Amino acid sequence: MSDTSQNADKYEAAVSTSEQVAEFEDTHKGFVGQLQHILHVNPSFVPLIVLVSAIVIFGLLLGSKFFSPFALTLILQQVQIVGIVAAAQSIVILTAGIDLSVGAIMVFSSVIMGQFTFRYGIPVPIAIACGLAVGTAIGALNGWLVARVKLPPFIVTLGMWQIVLATNFLYSANETIRSQDIEKNAPLLQLFGSKFNVGGAVFTVGVVFMLCLIFVLAYVLRHTAWGRHVYAVGDDPEAAELSGVNVKKTLIQVYALAGLICAFAGWALIGRIGSVSPTSGQLANIESITAVVIGGISLFGGRGSILGTLFGALIVGVFTLGLRLLGADAQWTFLLIGILIIAAVATDQWIRKVSG
Amino acid sequence: MEPILKGRNLVKRYGRVTALDHCDFDLMPGEILGVIGDNGAGKSTLIKAVSGAVIPDEGEVWLNGEPVNFISPIDAREAGIETVYQTLAMSPALSIADNIFMGREIRKAGFMGKWLRQLDRSAMERFARDKLSELGLMTIQNINQAVETLSGGQRQGVAVARAAAFGSKVIILDEPTAALGVKESRKVLELIQDVKSRGIPIILISHNMPHVFEVSDRIHIHRLGKRLTMIDPKDHSMSDAVAYMTGAKEPEQMVAA
Repeated sequence: MSDTSQNADKYEAAVSTSEQVAEFEDTHKGFVGQLQHILHVNPSFVPLIVLVSAIVIFGLLLGSKFFSPFALTLILQQVQIVGIVAAAQSIVILTAGIDLSVGAIMVFSSVIMGQFTFRYGIPVPIAIACGLAVGTAIGALNGWLVARVKLPPFIVTLGMWQIVLATNFLYSANETIRSQDIEKNAPLLQLFGSKFNVGGAVFTVGVVFMLCLIFVLAYVLRHTAWGRHVYAVGDDPEAAELSGVNVKKTLIQVYALAGLICAFAGWALIGRIGSVSPTSGQLANIESITAVVIGGISLFGGRGSILGTLFGALIVGVFTLGLRLLGADAQWTFLLIGILIIAAVATDQWIRKVSG
Repeated sequence: MEPILKGRNLVKRYGRVTALDHCDFDLMPGEILGVIGDNGAGKSTLIKAVSGAVIPDEGEVWLNGEPVNFISPIDAREAGIETVYQTLAMSPALSIADNIFMGREIRKAGFMGKWLRQLDRSAMERFARDKLSELGLMTIQNINQAVETLSGGQRQGVAVARAAAFGSKVIILDEPTAALGVKESRKVLELIQDVKSRGIPIILISHNMPHVFEVSDRIHIHRLGKRLTMIDPKDHSMSDAVAYMTGAKEPEQMVAA
């Protein structure tokens, strides 16, 4: 067997010669233990269960008013921006960080796309590319401050939030670009808002983009080396470094990617609200963190699945629409979401308490 | 015989503290070299200096007679030096297979691997399972279980298996039995012998004298940031070694280094 350790490329030769392999040894731990194990392996199960039960309950209470392709896809439209931003937030939180500047990056990117087009007359595709580039650059700067200067992510992004938001207001002079102008002169900016109909279900490009983004990220995080490195960095950065992961590079890439995704969210925001408004999207920070936490991603990093984030965002959307259709006070939504947040973190703690 | 890994005049200072004070180091091919020393003697710094985890302020390191300048553990790994750190350097939430391949993942062949950069999960799992079986770690339940669900001894076993699987020139074990029970320590010592029998030299840093004396071919005694002496465990008692380590006794003469 010494040749296998010398030459890792020929490992398959060893496979055929060894008959015995380490085998799965089934131990019965009772229902609760098994449930804990299942949730440990698939952390997005909890939000999925909550999501499905919420849809079923509201469906039973409201009937076809809620349980229609139109209403269900309306939820998707309402959560698309939060969903995209929460995807960015997810990858940052997976590295045990947090990004408080997501909302500011989103708004600033949308303002750049709008102002570059209308103030300087730059062709729309280039203006959009500039917006995406600025978002990425701000994200990369966050990442550089976190990874190289070793400042806590909370502080870095808290500062960046103020800086970007202030720059956004100064640069835009608090000016809104009207929807009609965009529609007439630069319809590409509203691309993400264009709708199409599939048998009563209304989708927008933004919704499709959000879903694709989540699935691509889920693939990347689960099936590529880079994705595994993101988890390892969040789990234990020192261990990751010692086992050969370039922690700093990974962190900078994660924050830069988060910035890019936020810039796309900015583009989608123009499609959603029609206009370019420097005062929009102020709640994106807190809503994205809410979606991530309800989605079961651990704030301590390294645990959770981005699909959970999608479910988390959808849970918020289902509650909001369902309670509104029931005629309940909007405060009930916030109250329930507050409970969900605490319950989600409690579940996370329970799952982490693994004994075997 | 030329040492496979050689350090000369290594110096490392942390502020006003000199952790390595013109220290020499030799590892011969095929041997198990024990490294002992009192707390704070600089054992860990020495090992980190030859494995790339710290960059020495002065001095040189040779691998196989070639001068090397590792600036990160990744460099040392690429040169064939694998280290099992005291902290094990594993990501608790990730699976055994993920941990074994961390930083050197196998990608699928063809389009999926080249363009979509998809990992070859089944090949990695097969390889990991095979390595664990080879080292007799049969009680691992499932290659996809998270490392945090393993016992201390199993984790140590996985870390040693990882080093043994990829370390082609030198394997360094930092306190491999410190956190283990009697049975588990025995298992790890067997693993060490197993790895040695394949001709790979091992550096064993430990506080546990019986373990060091049992498996080592030579023992490097570290004191006050430098190599005090080399002893042969067959000619010296453990109390001699402890006396040298603590400065209670001066070594008479150096064994051929």
